[in-house]
Amino acid sequence: MSRLDETFARLRARGERALVPYFTAGDPSLADTRRLVVEAARRGADVVELGVPFSDPLADGPVIQRAGTRALAAGASVPRVLETVAVLRAEVDVPLVLLTYYNPVLAFGLKAFARTAVDAGVDGAIVVDMPPEESEPLATEATAAGLDLVYMVAPTSTPPRVRLIAKKSRGFIYVVSLTGVTGERQELPADMTAQIGAIRRATAMPVCVGFGISTPAQVAAVGRVADGAAVGSAIVRLVEARAGASSLVDDVGKFIAELKAPLREPLPTSPIRTRR
Amino acid sequence: MKPALPDARGHFGRFGGRFVPETLMAPLIELEQAWASARRDRKFQRRLADLLRDYAGRPTPLYFAERLSEQCGGARIYLKREDLCHTGAHKINNVLGQALLAARMSKRRVIAETGAGQHGVATATAAALLGLECEVYMGAEDVERQALNVFRMRLLGARVISVESGSRTLKDAINEALRDWVTNVRTTYYLLGSALGPHPYPMMVRDLHSVIGREARRQTRGVLKKLPDVLVACVGGGSNAIGLFHPFIADRRVRIIGVEPGGEGISTGRHGASMSAGAVGVLHGCMSYLLQSDDGQIATAHSISAGLDYPGVGPEHAYYRDAGRFEFVSVTDAEALEGFEALTRLEGIMPALESAHAVAYAMRLAKSLPRTKAIVVGLSGRGDKDVHVVAKALGKQIG
Repeated sequence: MSRLDETFARLRARGERALVPYFTAGDPSLADTRRLVVEAARRGADVVELGVPFSDPLADGPVIQRAGTRALAAGASVPRVLETVAVLRAEVDVPLVLLTYYNPVLAFGLKAFARTAVDAGVDGAIVVDMPPEESEPLATEATAAGLDLVYMVAPTSTPPRVRLIAKKSRGFIYVVSLTGVTGERQELPADMTAQIGAIRRATAMPVCVGFGISTPAQVAAVGRVADGAAVGSAIVRLVEARAGASSLVDDVGKFIAELKAPLREPLPTSPIRTRR
Repeated sequence: MKPALPDARGHFGRFGGRFVPETLMAPLIELEQAWASARRDRKFQRRLADLLRDYAGRPTPLYFAERLSEQCGGARIYLKREDLCHTGAHKINNVLGQALLAARMSKRRVIAETGAGQHGVATATAAALLGLECEVYMGAEDVERQALNVFRMRLLGARVISVESGSRTLKDAINEALRDWVTNVRTTYYLLGSALGPHPYPMMVRDLHSVIGREARRQTRGVLKKLPDVLVACVGGGSNAIGLFHPFIADRRVRIIGVEPGGEGISTGRHGASMSAGAVGVLHGCMSYLLQSDDGQIATAHSISAGLDYPGVGPEHAYYRDAGRFEFVSVTDAEALEGFEALTRLEGIMPALESAHAVAYAMRLAKSLPRTKAIVVGLSGRGDKDVHVVAKALGKQIG
């Protein structure tokens, strides 16, 4: 059982849902990322996503684009992020999932990436522009190394695609809640519950919802239908606002705690349809 | 017989494919099916053929550049005159086909990226013709250096969105167009203008531009009573080049040469020659040769010509390069300017700076070949849009 599997099983047993915060690694520096992840874990993060910056992040909105630019300027790269994770792994038990694009992984080498990531203590990876159809070369290496590849389901995914993704994904399924790029939105998509229902019918695997989720109220709404909520841009925007300030880590930690609070409340019925 | 390329998943050997966020996968599959169906539809094909003839002005002439050839003192240089197409470049071939497809798919809004502005102008033109809403993404740097085309697009009713992110050129315009498409995919058709991007775009753009090579093949047979000895075309993303080259791929005797932008020289690092100085990677949905750092970050391309200012190249070009079928060379900004001036002075034809790269290389090559040889140059566009860039490069004032 991987660390991701254990985490979701433990939360499920407790009737809790996962908070999955996102940080762009290296924003504003890799040392700050380390402190932020340690604090996030302490304040209730159940899984942490670490973005490895790419020069051309076509699935990201302006907030995460800017963070990527800062992180690249600060020298973040696949090898530097993996070094940071290796240090972090001695400090936290929280599962760490890298979120990146295919080209930096390819440039590092698919086999080297899978092995080095696992050796450093990375639990999973999401490659935003690698759909299941293009995944075989990396998936082969990830399976051999014991790295969970997490795939995304989108609102445009057809039922056969949902089944394909459910079959390929390890750890959990990342549900993209809306057609669009990352970034905060006022409202949650109206069809989110139906979308998650369709995924539930295809798989018993945990589902985490991301894109456009930024407030405790939105997290609470997601927590009523999914196993976890991923929050990116709202956290990254706070990091951007507090970068260089002594309150950076504490302010981000407080926000993580606020986001986690609604996910601790037990639901009237379990969101998970367990197989008997 | 080799199987047709690309394969069912859009791969040209190891290149191409569909490296996109999941949100775009189902729409790309739908697009692929719509294109396959349109290709079989005789009514669609007739409508496209009519527009290419009566609206775009096809077939374009194959012109013997006699004075230019004499000046070089070697092989005979023929120009495939895509500059005479409506809107001033080959881009209209692809745009008319895809705009008809958009209408056939009931998408009333089209978006496009543009570098030099030629694809943007062509898209705005087709949108006006078919009554489609049109928005064009253009890097802020290109908006500045191609002001004339920006205004043309606006006159045609398109909205031009200046892209400030990244290198503020074509690469960033494509990122922004893809972000728009991810957001509005249910109502919007992304009219991609080069032979790159996720499958089916490289195939579809090639199919629509192959009319260039099919005509050139027929015309050389008529004029020369044989096939040409060499084909030369400039390669940014590679749309005009693949259009000219593709119908000749099986003709092993015909040398096929793509000319990349050498910028200030390959050794300076300021260029756009991804075949000469790049490495295999994934950008904008496909695997191909890219200019990039050791860490896999995409580099910024440099070229005097906005249309070649792209750090990658279409996947089919990458495939035929590795297969040894296409050769790739580079021409610097300075050489391209010489090509521009030579063609203008000797033939009264002012080429686009993109096309001037191909002209410059053809002149170099012609000198080394006997008079019995014939070179066909893809003259992809006309140079009106570049006059102010040329003036600046020559240190002269307009007016």
